[in-house]
Amino acid sequence: MSESTKPVTAIKAPVHLEFSYTAGRASTRFLHGMAEGKILGQRCPECGKVYVPPRGSCTICAVPTEAEVEVTGKGTVTTFCIVRIPSDSLSIDPPFTCAHILLDGADLPFFALIQECPFDEVRMGMRVEAVWVPKEELGPTFESIKYFRPIDEPDAAFESYKEHL
Amino acid sequence: MRDVAIVSFAQAKNVRRELDANEVEMVMPVVREAVEQSGIPRREIDFTCSGSCDYLAGQPFSFVSALDAVGAWPPISESHVEMDGAWALYEAWVKIQIGDIDSALIYAFGKASMGDLPDVLTLQLDPYYMAPLSPDSVSLAALQARAYLETSGHSERDLAVIAARSRKDAKTNPAAQLTGDFDPERLLGDPYLVSPLRKHDCPPISDGAAAIVLAAGDLARKVSKRPAWIRGIDHRIEAHGLGNRDLAKSLSTAEAGRRAGVGDGNVDVAELHAPFTHQELILRDALGLANDVRVNPSGGPLAGNPMMVAGLARFGEAARLLMDGQASRAVAHATSGPCLQQNMVAVLEGE
Repeated sequence: MSESTKPVTAIKAPVHLEFSYTAGRASTRFLHGMAEGKILGQRCPECGKVYVPPRGSCTICAVPTEAEVEVTGKGTVTTFCIVRIPSDSLSIDPPFTCAHILLDGADLPFFALIQECPFDEVRMGMRVEAVWVPKEELGPTFESIKYFRPIDEPDAAFESYKEHL
Repeated sequence: MRDVAIVSFAQAKNVRRELDANEVEMVMPVVREAVEQSGIPRREIDFTCSGSCDYLAGQPFSFVSALDAVGAWPPISESHVEMDGAWALYEAWVKIQIGDIDSALIYAFGKASMGDLPDVLTLQLDPYYMAPLSPDSVSLAALQARAYLETSGHSERDLAVIAARSRKDAKTNPAAQLTGDFDPERLLGDPYLVSPLRKHDCPPISDGAAAIVLAAGDLARKVSKRPAWIRGIDHRIEAHGLGNRDLAKSLSTAEAGRRAGVGDGNVDVAELHAPFTHQELILRDALGLANDVRVNPSGGPLAGNPMMVAGLARFGEAARLLMDGQASRAVAHATSGPCLQQNMVAVLEGE
């Protein structure tokens, strides 16, 4: 096959775009809270649900959530998994534990790491607390919370978190 | 065909850069306003369809997070087009025609300020021969403007008159971004941006959002005193390669306009999605609009051009004139792609 009849099987078409992400009003409040070591949520004026992190809206009532609510770093594992798949985009080596955590006073579980806990002891209903980075490293980022760890409290009853799996 | 009408329209003020609100926070107030105006309770609206573009947002499936603005729990019937919201309206119109539903919420949003819009728009071009050369959207529009001016006999002064008229009309539009009194002769004293286009021939870069509620037959009559009936609607697309098209004409607009029935009656007003001044003239020609047809009393895209929103807003602005009783028969037009590649035309009538 001569050069001119060889099929062209690929071309390179590199694309590079840069974006300035807008966090939005609700996330901006939340992220400033993170920099102060506080966890700030928002309460829906109609159904009363507290969103942590706040999204600026209630996805059920479709209304803006403006009332700010501070919650503590204590919460309950509603579901969890143990990750054994390595990935370049992770800053942690597998295996590690991921969980949905429902903070006390919040109505929306969020995704976080569990550490300082053997894999065979992680369970639904387990009580956990946030472990923050040292004060001088706090910043407007979710990474101000390093991970969650178990605390010495009785497990939460399934009834208390069954709506938040 | 079922009778379908626009019964409400709301839009956010077009701004160059929305620094506070994210997309959800931009969309939510306009959705609420449109739903409230429609008189149809939110949970009774049968279908929701949106138009937006992940390339503008810089994140995949960005439209999914925008659902936070409409209340998608318990689950709703929803769809999305990666296009201007006018095409979301078309999808909803088809769904109503099929008879599955009687009402639909359509919304669109675009925050071009998060990226570099000309670079983003380059990526809609053919990826093999055109996109690697990175022709920006203004340069492509200028190719078209040159072809049009040379073949039509129109002058750069005619374009400046359109820019001045748009900005003047926009003074009464609270959503407009670029408004004021400008003298066409002075505008012509400005340097070229990309010859033959000057800055005033190009649309502003805008962030914005808009929402419309559609309702069929009796429901529309029940909730609205004067619904804006969609009497005809059609959209046509031309070849992707710009060299395959006659840039000085818009055959797709002409065909869509014919099928929508533009020429079947007198047109009072037309809201044309012509982001560049010369495109208004190309569209006028294609639609066969008489000289006395008022075009873009809202100021049009030259006064505010949020990507993925400006086409839907043309439908809203045209409908508003009918709902207010200021016009009886209007043409609404939306475009997509470089140099008016794809065009939608609708004929709207008041009661």
